[in-house]
This record gives sequence, C-alpha cells and structure tokens, in this order.
Amino acid sequence: MKFRLEDITVYFPYDHIYPEQHAYMLDLKRTLDAGGHCLLEMPTGTGKTIALLSLILSYSLSRPSSPLKLLYCTRTVHEMEKTLSELRRLRDYLFSELGPSSSSFLAIGLSSRKNLCVNPRVLSAESRDSVDAGCRKLTASWVRALAERDPSVPTCEFFEDYERAGSSAILPPGVYTLQDLRAFGKQKGWCPYFLARHMVQLANIVVYSYQYLLDPKVAGIISKEMQKESVVVFDEAHNIDNVCIEALSVSVRRQTLEGATRNLHRMEQEIERFKATDANRLKAEYQRLVEGLAQRGNLRVSDTWLANPALPDDILKEAVPGNIRRADFFLRVLRRLVQYLKGRLETDNVEKESPVAFVASITNQAGIDQKTLKFCYDRLHSLMMTLEITDTDEFLHIQTICDFATLVGTYARGFSIIIEPYDDRMPDVRDPIIQLSCHDASLAIKPVFDRFQTVVITSGTLSPIDLYPRLLNFNPVVSRSFTMSLTRDCICPMVLTRGSDQLPVSTKFDMRSDLGVVRNYGRLLLEMVSVVPDGIVCFFVSYSYMDEIVNSWNESGILKEIMQHKLVFIETQDVVETTLALDNYRRACDCGRGAVFFSVARGKVAEGIDFDRHYGRLVIMFGVPFQYTLSKILLARLEYLRDTFQIKEGDFLTFDALRQAAQCVGRVIRSKADYGMMIFADKRYSRHDKRSKLPSWILSHLRDAHLNLSTDMAIHIAREFLRKMAQPYDKAGSGGKKTLLSQDDLEKMGDEMLY
Amino acid sequence: MASGEVIKRAKYKTSVKDPGTPGVLKMTWDKLVLVPNNPNSAMKLDVSFKSIKGYKNTKEGSNKPPWLNLTNDQGGSYIFEFDSYSDLHVCRDFVGKALGRSGDTPAVASGRSIVIPPDERISTSEMELRIKLLRENRELQALHKQLVIGGILTEAEFWATRTKLLEKESSKKSKQRAGFKSAMISDIKPSTDGLTNKVTFNLTPEIILQIFAERPAVHAAFLTRVPSKMTEKDFWTKYFKAEYIHSTRNAIAAAAEAAEDEDLAIFLKNDDILAKEARQKIRQVDPTVNMEADIGDDYTHLPDHGFFLDDGKEASESQYEQYRRTLSHDINRHAAVVLEGRVLEMDLDDTRTVAEALAKSKQADVGNGDSDRNCNQGTVARVSHLTEIEDLQSENGPPVAPLCIKDPRDYFDSQANALEVLGDPFSGAERSKCPLSSKDAYGSLRDCISKIKAKGIHEPVIKLKDALQVFNALTHDISRTKYGAGENPQQSVLDKLPSETKEQLLQHWTSIQELLRHFWSSYPITSSYLYAKVTRLKDAMSQIYPQLEEIKKSVPAKHKQHVSVLVRQMHQALDAAFQHYDADMQKRSAESGDRPNGYV
Repeated sequence: MKFRLEDITVYFPYDHIYPEQHAYMLDLKRTLDAGGHCLLEMPTGTGKTIALLSLILSYSLSRPSSPLKLLYCTRTVHEMEKTLSELRRLRDYLFSELGPSSSSFLAIGLSSRKNLCVNPRVLSAESRDSVDAGCRKLTASWVRALAERDPSVPTCEFFEDYERAGSSAILPPGVYTLQDLRAFGKQKGWCPYFLARHMVQLANIVVYSYQYLLDPKVAGIISKEMQKESVVVFDEAHNIDNVCIEALSVSVRRQTLEGATRNLHRMEQEIERFKATDANRLKAEYQRLVEGLAQRGNLRVSDTWLANPALPDDILKEAVPGNIRRADFFLRVLRRLVQYLKGRLETDNVEKESPVAFVASITNQAGIDQKTLKFCYDRLHSLMMTLEITDTDEFLHIQTICDFATLVGTYARGFSIIIEPYDDRMPDVRDPIIQLSCHDASLAIKPVFDRFQTVVITSGTLSPIDLYPRLLNFNPVVSRSFTMSLTRDCICPMVLTRGSDQLPVSTKFDMRSDLGVVRNYGRLLLEMVSVVPDGIVCFFVSYSYMDEIVNSWNESGILKEIMQHKLVFIETQDVVETTLALDNYRRACDCGRGAVFFSVARGKVAEGIDFDRHYGRLVIMFGVPFQYTLSKILLARLEYLRDTFQIKEGDFLTFDALRQAAQCVGRVIRSKADYGMMIFADKRYSRHDKRSKLPSWILSHLRDAHLNLSTDMAIHIAREFLRKMAQPYDKAGSGGKKTLLSQDDLEKMGDEMLY
Repeated sequence: MASGEVIKRAKYKTSVKDPGTPGVLKMTWDKLVLVPNNPNSAMKLDVSFKSIKGYKNTKEGSNKPPWLNLTNDQGGSYIFEFDSYSDLHVCRDFVGKALGRSGDTPAVASGRSIVIPPDERISTSEMELRIKLLRENRELQALHKQLVIGGILTEAEFWATRTKLLEKESSKKSKQRAGFKSAMISDIKPSTDGLTNKVTFNLTPEIILQIFAERPAVHAAFLTRVPSKMTEKDFWTKYFKAEYIHSTRNAIAAAAEAAEDEDLAIFLKNDDILAKEARQKIRQVDPTVNMEADIGDDYTHLPDHGFFLDDGKEASESQYEQYRRTLSHDINRHAAVVLEGRVLEMDLDDTRTVAEALAKSKQADVGNGDSDRNCNQGTVARVSHLTEIEDLQSENGPPVAPLCIKDPRDYFDSQANALEVLGDPFSGAERSKCPLSSKDAYGSLRDCISKIKAKGIHEPVIKLKDALQVFNALTHDISRTKYGAGENPQQSVLDKLPSETKEQLLQHWTSIQELLRHFWSSYPITSSYLYAKVTRLKDAMSQIYPQLEEIKKSVPAKHKQHVSVLVRQMHQALDAAFQHYDADMQKRSAESGDRPNGYV
C-alpha cells in the first residue's frame, strides 16, 4: 500500500497496516525531520522492522537530494537474515510500484570472514580466529609480494581475482544476504568478504552486528568512514547497555598470561631472525613510530587487524613514547607487564581497584608509566606487521594483554579492576582472574551518538523508557512507548505462584533446590504438554539450574512422561549443538509432532530466536532471571550506577531481571493473528514491585484473576484460552477500534486524525 | 516336477509333541519313504500317496517351525519338520501334485474337490481382514454368500481374485509406520537377581537399533569389532559398563577407565562421527536460527574479553573434556534421531542385520546429501515466509490446485466414459482398447482415401450386414434413451426400474461377472482341480438363465424393453463362455482316447 504521511509518500509492502505501525512511522519521521536521536518501544509482533525500513526508505525517496545511508544494527546474524529478508520484500514492492529506476538500492549484510569466506582451504578451519588467520596467511601484503617472486607460495585465488578486478569489482544494486554474497563471490570468483567490506562504503543499507559500530576494535576498521547524515538503527536494543560495557571489558586468566609469555618468546625469536637477516626493516619501523601512530589509514585492506580497543577520540595523535619504539625494548616492557600481572594473580583475597590506582601500582612496581600502557596495543600491532606474523590466532593472548594495558592506560573513570582468586561458587578450585570491567555504557556508544545525526534505538521491551537515556547518556528528541491494540486477546500472560500441591514455587535462593519446587515445576510442564499443541518453550534462570532440574526430572521419571507427549530439546553451551537442536525443534513443530525447548533466560537462544506461531504456543518462565548478585563485577557496576545515576541497586536488578523475562516471553507473538500464552512461574511475580516492571503490553493483558494461580487453575485457563483462539474472528477488529487499517481507512483518516 | 522325485532332510513326528526322528524323506509320484539317519531306529515310514487324503503346513512368519502335516484316510497324520521353509515349500508343492495324480477322477462323488488347494490355511489376521472387508461391503458380502457358501467357489478362490483389495486394506492398516519411541532408552533398567551383584540387561533388536542410531560410534565399533575381535555379549557388557561410568558423571574416572581398556574407550569418548555430522548439518541449517554464525561474527567475546556468563563453568581440564557427556546432549541426540524417523523397513531379528541395514541406509543418505545448492532457494523462500506478517496481507482466496491436463485425450476420454452409463457400454470399452494415435488414424484414413481414389469403390468399406446391425442397435438404443430423456437426464435406465428388479439385476450382474472371471481364468485346464472348478462354474452359470428369464417375466410391461436390453448383454457374455466350454470339451473328448483323465 502507498499512503501519505505528512509530506512524504510511504511505500509499505503489505495491503494493510497496523495503527501502531502508522504511529511508529510518524514518530520516526519526526525524528528524521528533527535530525536527532530517538527511543521507541513497540511490542514484538507488531512489525517494527518493516515499518522502520519502509519509512526510512520512503523518506529518502521523497528527498532525492540526500542519498540514503542506513546502518541497521542487529544483535545476531540470524536477525540480520530476517531483516534482509524484509528488505527484499520491500524492494520487490518498490520495484512493482516505481519501476527499476528509483527502486534500485544496494543493501548488504556484513559479517566476519568465517561467515563470508568461500575459499575451501581457509574455511576448513574450525574457529573464527583460525579462519581470520588462515585468510591472512594467503592475503597479507607481504605474502602476496613473496608469491609474486615465488609462485609456490599459496595465495587465495578469490582475493587475487578481486584485486585484479580493481574498481570494477562492485555489487549491482539489490539485497544481499550472506548466502547471496557467497554465491555472488563464487560465481564471479571474487572474495565476498573483501567485496562486502568495500561495498559498505557504497551501499545504501548496511545490515550488520552491533559490535561493528559499538566495539572500537571492530568499528575502527569497518565503520570509520560513514557520513554524518547516515541513519543508525539499533534493533532489539533492550540489552544495548550490556553490549556497550562488554565491548570495553577485558579479563585475564592464568592461561592468558602463560600464552602471552609464549607469544613473547616467539616474537623475540622473530626479532633475532630479522636482526640477522633484515635489520633495516626494524629501523624503518622505528622511524615510522617517531613520526606518529595514526598510520592505520594507509594499510592495505587485507592487512587490517582488530583496531585499538580504546575509542578513537581517546587515542592521542602523537608519537609513540621513546621507550617502546625499539622492538626489543617494547618486548621487555611487555614482559615486565606480564610478570606484574602474574604477581597480582597470586592474591588470596578479592581485590578491587580503580584504574588510576592500578596504573600507579604498575608504575611503581614494573616501571611502566600510563602513557606507555596506552600505546601498547598499537605498538604491538605495528610490531606484528613488521615481523610479518600471519598466524594471528596464535597471538590472541598477548593481544588481550595489550588490550588490557591500553584500556587501563586510557580510562580513569567508569572502570574498575577486580581480582578474584576463585569463583565464589567453587571456593575450593583456585581459578584466579583479573577483570577490567567497564561500568559506563555511555562510553562505547558516545562516538556513535556524536558521529551520526540520527540514531534510532528500538525494541519490544525498553521499559522503563526513561532509564535508557540515562544509562546511555543521550538526549532523544522522541521517546515513546507504544501499546498494542489487539483484535482479540491473543496473548494470555499468567502468574503461577503455587504448584499442584498448593505450595509456593520460586527459584529464590533458599527454595530453588527444594525437591517440592522442582517437582511442582515438573508437574506444571507435564500438565501443559498434554494440553498445549505444537511448540512449548521453557526458560530457566541459568544453565546450572536447568541442568540440575532436568537431571532431577530425569531421575523422578517426569522427563519420560513429558517425552511421551512431546520431543524435548535443550539449549547447551555448545552453539553448534544448540543450533541443530533449534532446527530440529522447528521441524518437530512443523511436522506436528510437537516439541518442548528448554532454554536459559540469558542464553543465546533467549537473545534472538523467535518462537512465533506454532513454534511457541506457550512460554514458561521458571523463576525470575536475576543476575548472579554475588558477582563482584555486578556489585561494582551497581555501585557505579548508584553513585553516578542515583539508580538503586534493587531497582536496577529487578529492572534487569524483568526485561530479560519480558524478552523471553515476548518472542511468541509474530502478528495480531498469532496467539500464545506466557506463564511466569514464580511467586515473586505476584508482587507489585516486580510485576510493574514488565512492559505495558504484557501488563495490560495480565488480568487480576491470573495473578495468583496454581497449576490446576493454569491448566484450566490454558484450555479455555486455546479453545477461544481456535474460533474464527474478524481480523480488522470489531467495534469502534480498528486494529488493522486498509488503504481506504488511512485515506479517510487523512489529516484529521493526528497522533 | 520333471524328475518325479524329491529328497529332503526332515524329522518325522507321529504327533505334534513328539521330538521327532531325523531322517531323509524321499517322495515319488506314488509314495513317500522316510529313512532315519540312525540305521538302528525302528522307525521307518513307507506310505503310498493313495492313502493320503490331504495336507496342511505351517505358514512362514508364524513362530512355528516348518511343518508339513499329511492326513491319511484312517484319520491319522504324518508330521514332517523341515530344516527350512524353502524345503517345506518344495515338498508341499510336490505332495499337492502327487495327490492330484493319484487322486481319482475329479468331480467324483460330491462334486467337491478332495484336493485342498494350496494355502487354504490362512492366518487369523488375514481371516479378520476378510471378515472386516465383508462386513464393510454389502455387495461383496452378498456375492460371498451366494458363491462361497453356495459351494460354487471355495473361500480361497473367491479371495484370490481380490488380493488387491486385501492388500490395500492391510497396507492401510500398516501405512502409518512406527517410528522410534519418544521416550529415551536410557531407562533400560538392569534387573538383579537379588543374590549376587550381577545385573542383567535385556536388549531387544528394537533397543539395539535405537542405540545404533543414536550413537554412530557404537554402531561403527560393532561393525568393525563384532564378531572378529569380541563376541556380541562382550560388546554389550562393555557398553553397559561404559554407560554405568557415565551415569556417575565422573569424567576423570571415565578417562582413567578408558586409558586402561581401549575397547571401553570407544564408548566413553565423545562421538567423533556425530561431531562430523553436526558440522555437515550446520551448513544446511535455517539461517534464522543459525547461532553458530553469530559466534563467527562476535569479536566482543574474544577469548578473555567481555564477561563470562553468570554461570560458573565447571573447572575441567581439557584432557577430560572428551569423556564428559551430559544428559542434555543425550536428550538432544535422542530427539534428533526420533525426528529423523526410522529408516529401516525390515524385521529386526539379529543384531548383525540391524547394524548392517542401518549402515546401508546411512550410505544412501550420504548420497542424497549433496543437494545443498538448490536448497538455498528453498531457504530464501522459507525465511521470507517466516518473516511475513500474515494478517497484513490480503487474503488470496482459498488455495486452489491448478488444473493440469497433461494429455488432453485422457481428459476427454474420461469425460466420455462418464457418459457411458447412458449409452452403449461397449463403445467406450472398445475405444480404450485400441489406443490409436491421431497420427496413425489420420494415416490409415489417408491410405483408404488414396486407395479409393486409385481403384474406385469396388465394395463398400464396411460390410453392409455389419453396418445395418450397428445402425439398428444404435437407433434402438437412441430411441430407448429418448423415451425417458425428458424426465431426468442424470437418471440411468436402471434407476427407472422398480428397486427390487434393479437390485436383482445388479446382483446377477456382479455374480455373473465373478463367475465369468473365474471361468476364464481357469483356462487352459491343466489340472483336475481346475477341471472340477470349471464344471462347477458351468453348472452355476447355467442356473442363471432361468433366473434371468424369471426377472424378465416379472417386471411390468413398460420396463420390459429396458430389462431385456440389460439381460441380453448378460446372455451374450454367458453364451460366449458356454461356447468356449463346449468347444473345449469337444476338443478334449477327441483327444481323450489316450488321456483318460481328461486334462492336459
């Protein structure tokens, strides 16, 4: 459909539109008009992504003077695929409406070498880092130079062909998923990874992962030359603060230090070798370092490496300090640093320090000053280039140490260093760790807000919406939370507080290993699998709790009974296995056998997998997914939040737990035609202070009668609900409220009805 | 049986419970002789086939051993147990033939054959099936009552022509193939005798198949090691020992055990084959659930970067990692196997065959696995379908299957056949009998024309007499159908008749058809059995004539014409049969000088 929205024409690739989508577009348009940032919360299952994409595309179509540039950030690769699929639909629609001339835009998904490489030799490597290293071994500038002289040196034919094609190697307009890029690369014989990296500058829409903008290590290479006018979208951004702080956090273990020592040894040998054969090279590096460090821009595309972990603005544009200019001096500094860290690891007590104190202690004990620390990472990078090291995956340890040094040297605020001799939950196992933990989410996202005119942060759960501007330290021009107008009550949240024996259930610390609670949870699931068709998803508060409860169900035979109704799949820490389990789960739902998926509230599955339609008719959230409150890092962060933003610890923890819970259950709805039930199985959900933190679209459907249920009542409600949902209904919505707008409705609304 | 002699190894039993005397059974056309292996045995059998009245045998697939039971005229019986069913079948066939030879001229005495046709004995399940079919189909039931209970056909003869029907019924029953059970097999609980520390596991081929399917490494180990390196019993003992070690969830103990016993290590280690398969499968996984790709894109979580998940990872050294197997892994694997479904379509009886069949079916899978190129298009469509918001899209009307007529002539022929009910049933049948392509028809027509052009018409293309007959028949039919055409075009001639007459006619028609089918299928007559059958059929058919006449007389005058048309067709069919019968009898009697038995 095609409609006017104020002064622009919006092309929307469906025949109808939800009123929420219309309102969402209007707010988004005003943000674009104002040229500021915005924060929009709209429930899942109301088609955020397509509304967003079609508005931004239509907006740029109506303003031909400003070319379209959209950086769309998703959390995961599979969300990237979904977004690109929606873009493809939009493109097809534009094509049919406007013809080929104005609908031609280029949209690409960008990922790592691991997901884009088509060279079978490189791809045979297991991990991402070995793929990266394998690629470098074939494409580094010195390797290629060597190969020119000596044909026996292997190179990558795809990269060579891509280089040969030069500027003619471009992608024609279209929408390219990772698979499409690979297919295109294979067909042309060009390396899809470098092609995509090149096309990022030219593409109208780039869909990639958060870290390509947020993590300075990656963003420094990929996203450094984007126009200010670009629109940046962070979709599913409810966890954006966590992503930001994780991007700037490093931890060092014993294994890291041992690895780093090995790396140093190897580099020393390399230096000796160069001294004997090619001393000029080291001298040339010295000269370059005198002149300054900002040399990364001139590097050949295949030589780039992960960039400096600190933010670009924080890197001084000055010469590298004299004491680490010479390669062997630098190695000596690193050796002292590793030695110092080893010494710190030997502690028996938990220690917490600010970066300033830590740097001071390094200066005193190891004789390395703050400025030297700050340059560690770039100096290492330069040295590795000089030494022509290509197996970078071997050198991750020393890289971690230099990351750590640079971050400690750069930031005096918003960080703390925590040294723990053992994990609290296993005090008898000594596993010391030094953690540099970032508390300030605004640090990592600040350059994004500064560089780009419009940043859109959107998700299904951003409640309370006023907290995010504070956490991320920005001023949105529009900040709005939409509710969902439902044609029928197609979501059915319930709070289950008691089991079948009427005793309370909870995952509270003192109750979680109570066999009665475990049994009650099991009975709940067992009853539900016999009532609910197709897919059921269960979320547990942690992996260890899930393991414990599944084992206990297995021993008591509950699991076997559950399996008589549905197949069971479990998320494990092994991603490959989990992916296959998910794929099988979907097939089991498709074929009608029905399945249960056990997942973890903060795990990978909860983060981005949809359980819409028959893939999830019921979600059970076993317990409240609080963070591990005894974690020193969390405590440090809470302290920081309290001191800086006056956010109470308890409030933040509840907020964080409830947004996770809401995120888990929110994935069952795909559209207003879909339906699903959500069970919050913990007595704590019935308390107002917890419940009120749930997003409003869930709260508005949570009836008072459903606030304090026991298993038998929940079963009854589930039966009734499923029966009701099976009835036919009027999709457009009955009564005075329209829940589905057609083109006519929109035109009638015209200008009279403004939101 | 040209040799006229069959020699097989068999055990002779005087009764079912008798353990039997092993010996060699020798059968000739006139007698059977059993010579015991033990020359001292008093048991020696020498029976003439003349004294044998009939025989029975156990069915293959029943759990009884291969027995052949011969009944003699005194009511006693001789039971032979053979080594295999194939031996049994050879002997049974021979006995059948020998009895046929030695028997007196058939159609003697009661007219019922004394020879029990092969496979008279049927399993109860088949019997149930037959009864069920009869119950569901009234027409069939009436026919069965008339022909079988009336003694015209035997039960077996009646059903022999309906094997298709039976098969369909039985396949309908077993159409839903049983997959693996949803429940895990981890619960094969050992049974103890309570006195010693020994535990016993009961393995059925079903369970073994499932173990093999879920754990390819065990499967591979079985194929390579049993029986060359260890016995099957040892193999499973090791397996359950390993399972026990796993159940203690002590990876270090598992590693220690594995180091001592390399056979045990196979079961304790993680499955390499599975890991390889997983890597294969991950490439074809739906991109919207592919979390493995995320890991490949995640530079925030470099080793030692970011936070660890709040779950403490177990402090485990990597050397024990391969001995760690978790319940969740087993559950996922089990569910995946169940979902894949059972690939084997066979009776499971022995571990070796199970293992080999599974290996074979896996190889077939690998062959099919290389189609990832064209599956890309499929995933694109799938993803776009997944991302679609269905209720925003207008309804495209009810789903319709496009009409696809591959060969238009098929279509029009089938339409013409539908009209046949009204017209002459023979015209449609003949048309389909001679499938001529239009090109051939056109060619022959052209030939005709050119011939006529060259020679002129010497004689009419069609004989005058034939043409007149066809013309008369057609005009007759047309006038007949026109007679009632005004009332209801859908109604056939039959519908206009009184319902009683209609029923009678229909029943006659089906029984005539059935009889004729049996009649024609009995030719050429090669045995006394067939001879007897034909005689019976002839008698039955000749009884139909007066019945038909009776119907003709009983109907009211206004329907007489229709009925006589219908009856005429039946008459024609029967007449043809009798003609053939008479001709055959004449031929036979002419030859019968030297063949007193009357069959070839």
